[in-house]
Amino acid sequence: MSHDAIADRLAQAESLHALLTPVVDVRASLATQLAQLPPPARAPLAGLPVVVKDNICTLEYTTSCGSRILEGYRSPYDATAIARLKAAGAVIAGKTNCDEFAMGSSTEHSAYGRTHHPLDPARVPGGSSGGSAALVAAGAVPAGLGSETGGSVRQPAAFCGTVGIKPSYGRVSRYGLVAFGSSLDQIGVFGDTVTRAGQVLSVISGRDPLDSTCMDLDPLRMPEPPRDLAGTVVGIPGEYFPTDLDAGIRRACERVKERLRQLGATLREISLPHTRHAIPTYYIIAPAEASSNLARYDGVRYGPRFGAAADVRQLYRTTRGQGFGPEVRRRILVGTYVLSAGYYEAYYGRAQRMRGLIAQDFRRVFEQGVDVIFTPATPTPAFRAGERMADPVAMYLADIFTVTANLAGLTALTMPIGRVQGLPIGGQLMAPGFEEERMLRAALALERVVSATEEV
Amino acid sequence: MTAGAGWETVIGLETHVQLRTRSKMFCGCSSAFGAPPNTNVCPVCLGLPGALPVVNAQAIRLAVRAAFALECRVHTRSIFARKNYFYPDLPKGYQISQFEEPLATGGGVAFPSPERGVVRATIVRLHVEEDAGKSLHDRVPRATAVDLNRSGVPLAEIVTGPDFRSPQEARAYLLALKEILQYAGVSDCDMEKGSLRVDANVSVRRAGATALGTKTEVKNINSFAFVEKALTLERERQVGVLEAGGTVVQETLLFDVRAGAVRPQRTKEESKDYRYFPEPDLPPLVVPGQWLEEERHALPELPAAKRERLTARYGLPAQDAGVLTQVAAVADYFEAVVAAGAEPKPAANWIMGEVLADANKHDGALRVSPAALAQVIALVKAGAVSTQAGKRVFEAVAERGGDPKTVAASLGLVQVTDAGALAGWVDQVLAAQPAEVARYRGGEAKLLAFFVGQVMKASKGKADPKLVPELLKQRLDA
Repeated sequence: MSHDAIADRLAQAESLHALLTPVVDVRASLATQLAQLPPPARAPLAGLPVVVKDNICTLEYTTSCGSRILEGYRSPYDATAIARLKAAGAVIAGKTNCDEFAMGSSTEHSAYGRTHHPLDPARVPGGSSGGSAALVAAGAVPAGLGSETGGSVRQPAAFCGTVGIKPSYGRVSRYGLVAFGSSLDQIGVFGDTVTRAGQVLSVISGRDPLDSTCMDLDPLRMPEPPRDLAGTVVGIPGEYFPTDLDAGIRRACERVKERLRQLGATLREISLPHTRHAIPTYYIIAPAEASSNLARYDGVRYGPRFGAAADVRQLYRTTRGQGFGPEVRRRILVGTYVLSAGYYEAYYGRAQRMRGLIAQDFRRVFEQGVDVIFTPATPTPAFRAGERMADPVAMYLADIFTVTANLAGLTALTMPIGRVQGLPIGGQLMAPGFEEERMLRAALALERVVSATEEV
Repeated sequence: MTAGAGWETVIGLETHVQLRTRSKMFCGCSSAFGAPPNTNVCPVCLGLPGALPVVNAQAIRLAVRAAFALECRVHTRSIFARKNYFYPDLPKGYQISQFEEPLATGGGVAFPSPERGVVRATIVRLHVEEDAGKSLHDRVPRATAVDLNRSGVPLAEIVTGPDFRSPQEARAYLLALKEILQYAGVSDCDMEKGSLRVDANVSVRRAGATALGTKTEVKNINSFAFVEKALTLERERQVGVLEAGGTVVQETLLFDVRAGAVRPQRTKEESKDYRYFPEPDLPPLVVPGQWLEEERHALPELPAAKRERLTARYGLPAQDAGVLTQVAAVADYFEAVVAAGAEPKPAANWIMGEVLADANKHDGALRVSPAALAQVIALVKAGAVSTQAGKRVFEAVAERGGDPKTVAASLGLVQVTDAGALAGWVDQVLAAQPAEVARYRGGEAKLLAFFVGQVMKASKGKADPKLVPELLKQRLDA
């Protein structure tokens, strides 16, 4: 595709307010990028346009994390994932809207306005990587990058009706991903198909000397689609099918289970008993790390200062008070509190132990012969904009089925499994850490037999 | 300025030493001192969004070596932790340090206490961390400038128990610590360049009391010369407060060199809470067994052992051994001079005198080779040159090199021991001084020294002063 063709498609999706980079800038940059493509032999993604969440550092465009505090900030370097995409021939087609510093589940907490759901502008696309999800789902680009801390790729992928993959913690370098919850963060991938998402993931995965938490492993290899799933044991955890689960989502999941059986898979009821503690655990660990990770935004070295300050304390207060939005401020306060002397053990210490128990739940079922786990991706389809802004806990519960994979370091993906009243429904597959290939094989098999758009 | 009687001082020290690496703790930037501001920086040490730390293996090796030198137990698994606080020269808003599980614990340093003989200070812990940048308050009028060249430079923090009973002991410990770390090649320990920095915890209590008094922390002691001064000031201050019926407040004080005072740090009243938690960007630090072996091996003989050996093997007085071992290269030099044939005590005397004086004037360089010094010593011992002349030969060799014997000859410094030549000068002097000869013969024996001086003068210093008096006596008493 020419730079104009790519830019025209993005322009057609402008009403979504998913792209933060002006299309005119994308058009100009694409012309340059396409003129400098690596030789085709070394460019498996030659010419593939990829949109990138605004919290991943790129030399092109600004990297503002959806925040006023980094308004206009330009990174002097490319994130490792970006450098690898470019080396594989992909072109960066702009930066996408997100909840500020990836904190949110609806892409409403952006300093630059909310992103609309591609099928219903009154609804949210999910979040925090809602901009990339909406553009891929709308067909404006074939692939996008997002980031995951508690479901920020899978949940918007499910809401918008596209494929979203969260790699195992340590599969993809975090170098250049602006940190939110460092022990949970991973760059994730959106694709219009499982194969596309898997191909992009393969390119960005693998060891990186710049990230000490990235595993010393070769890049992932995209598996061939299997003929069937004979011999595959699929775990169905009761905790992910609560009685108040949306009826349409339940129907869609039942259809997937039926198809899995038809593919020859064995379904097994399993229990992950600590699941109910996942959201509270997550909302201690992630804010604790965030309170430290976001300390560097102090107005001293980069970013706007919001007026003159008499002394350094006032500089901090005005920069951080005006630069961060309410959700970010809330999480910094929570995180600072739970790390404070006298409270550390009661909150952070206990949350870390609970995290261990949640991971142990998964380890146990995988050790007992379960190959992959199937669950709904979200408890409800995309909700209406504004509906949960006044109720943070209701907002947090949108991630209830996705946070466990981050806490346990697993790999997981969501894929569209049908629609209810016109809204996409996502199904989730989870596999043990570094078993992406196993998970992708199951997803490839399912993709062929489950309609992404059929009403259920 | 002495504290009121009946008080005991208790001091513990936290010392930060810069590890002698080429690059920084968590990135590849140069850790060199003195570059133009903000030139040795990159996304990692600037704390730019998205940057991540990677541990410098050489820094860990040096810290392990330091731990061994301080007789610590090295933990093969330790944990990096974030110490969170806001300061303009701390770019990430936290310092990567170690907290609950440090690299090493439980060591000790023996030092000579001026009051108690040799004392062993306990090393509670040694951990690695990164340095902060520098806030420059005098660079820009009415503003603070920040230089981040130092941001991320590797440090080892070495914490002692409350083991020192006087400011003098604290200083003696620091000198011993500096010697050990310099020997081990771990750090330059140059306080003037900031590569060794000290914070002190000071408290006082009634003599005989066992419970510790309330302590204060004294910071900003940035020269060896100020250690005793700052700690003495703080001790006096605390005793003054207590004797006036007050109580010591736990606080942080800064030593102000210009005012010669300690004063509270200008911060609002608030408790320090660094909200330490394990650094999620770094896996646990696991030191490979091979590194432990190699660093233990890389450890040279340390000052205490060397002192003991020098006294035992060469029969040197303890004081000489102390001076010679302050710098490892000097001790090695001494042994080389002895190996080249000099006797130990004269060798020690020459080194403590001429050699160190010359080295101090020339950046610590030992300009005369051990073999040459041994030759100079041999020339003096054989009487070929006088001690005075020997010093001139040493200086000449230091300046221009050359073989000491040839240099002595070319300077005309070789002593004349030939009886005929000596007799000639003696006769010449006696003939020229008939009055003094008469007085000597009349019983004024002390005039002998006068005649010796005259002979030396007549010979232009070449006559062997050991032979001249005997010869004079023979002639005068004849």
